[in-house]
Amino acid sequence: MKTLILRQKYLIDFTLSSLKRRLAKNLGLLLVYTLIVFLLASVMLFTHSLRREAGIILESSPEVILQRLVAGRHDLMPAEYLDRIGRIRGVTRKAGRLWGYFYDPAVQANYTLMVPRDRELGRQEVVIGAGIARTRGVDVGDFLTFRSSGGRAFSFRVVDILDADSELVNADLLLVSEGTYRDFFGIPADRFTDIVLQVRNPSEVRKVAEKLTVLLPDARPILREEILRTYDSIFSWRQGIVFVLLGGSILAFVIFAWDKASGLSAEEKREIGILKAIGWETSDVIRMKFWEGSIVSLTAFLLGFILAYLHVFYGQAALFEPVLKGWAVLYPSFNPVPFVDGLQVATLFFFTVFPYTVATIIPIWRASITDPDAVMR
Amino acid sequence: MRLSDRLFIFIAVCLALLVLTFVDSAVRVRLAEPALEARAVLVRRLELTDLSLFTEARYTRHLSQSDRHTAFQDHPNSFDHFPSGSLVLPPSHLRMP
Repeated sequence: MKTLILRQKYLIDFTLSSLKRRLAKNLGLLLVYTLIVFLLASVMLFTHSLRREAGIILESSPEVILQRLVAGRHDLMPAEYLDRIGRIRGVTRKAGRLWGYFYDPAVQANYTLMVPRDRELGRQEVVIGAGIARTRGVDVGDFLTFRSSGGRAFSFRVVDILDADSELVNADLLLVSEGTYRDFFGIPADRFTDIVLQVRNPSEVRKVAEKLTVLLPDARPILREEILRTYDSIFSWRQGIVFVLLGGSILAFVIFAWDKASGLSAEEKREIGILKAIGWETSDVIRMKFWEGSIVSLTAFLLGFILAYLHVFYGQAALFEPVLKGWAVLYPSFNPVPFVDGLQVATLFFFTVFPYTVATIIPIWRASITDPDAVMR
Repeated sequence: MRLSDRLFIFIAVCLALLVLTFVDSAVRVRLAEPALEARAVLVRRLELTDLSLFTEARYTRHLSQSDRHTAFQDHPNSFDHFPSGSLVLPPSHLRMP
């Protein structure tokens, strides 16, 4: 056993000396390889973390939301629809929601205006999300003035700022009283934005949705499971533009690595010839090249993954911010919770380490079974 | 020191760091539980439905609540011109072959 380990150590020593002889070329390869693993791992870690977090927190969103559609577009919901729904078995609560969008020309940002049903606010009071507080540079006690759809100026006193730890869901929220909301947007008292329903038994949700579609043909129910599915598919790391953009660079790397690994240079062929001439076995040559492929790919994987972890969970995924931010002025400041999926890491390991190692062995096997004299020529 | 010994030390350090990322992940997920719970409570209290990740357009802000013909929201042939639209996938039934 000891002999075997010593033998492998000598082979690794020789492999490393051989890599050192072509230092610049091999370092270049390692750098590009590490960068590819870093990008792939960053996308994987970031999207998995967001998907898990979205799944956990949106599990508390309403079971059923009922929207009214007019000519295929979302329209205000008449309050009488609450009566038309009547009593449906399994529905424990139903209520109208008031929410909408407001574009603030002062900072060119879109806000989400909502009426909270769990707290009473005065007509001139407003609760704002931490993102708005940061963007507008306001604090509790300061005033915000907005021009309503009717052209009237409304002044609000900031009475509270929503928890900065929850910016992922509250960055752009502006909470006002019902009366203010209706005045501001000119919405009559008998209209809501939509209706939310609470269903006691999760297995009855679909049945309730079916009944609602029959009762109100011009309304569409949105189920919580659909919300969760939407976010699950958005943050699938195998999909989306990031992966498409990465696809090009991955393909370029595959071609580069395949060329480097499978095409032997004249110098490498000569080296194999000499090794065989001085008495190396074919298996030793293959082992040496196996170590070469393993060292390069394993190092690239380990460095790439560790750097990706630091980037996503300690650097707030700074590289993805421009992509996610788009043209939005308000972008939540948040640290993704480091949910790491072991299976995804194992998949990344398999697809980054194995192909390169195998690609290095095959041409070497071909070269090392030929006559040393022919290889050296 | 032999080159192979140096490599073993380097790989061992990297492997230790890799294990550390998993330990760090487990510890930080546990530490984040109260914050996650607070976010879930806020979602329940305000009856929220979406993450405020893409605030640039109404159909990207509330992805799950947007009209069915997203991303052609404004008029037919109105191509989606917001960058986050490129991150958002079409509905699953359109992606099936």
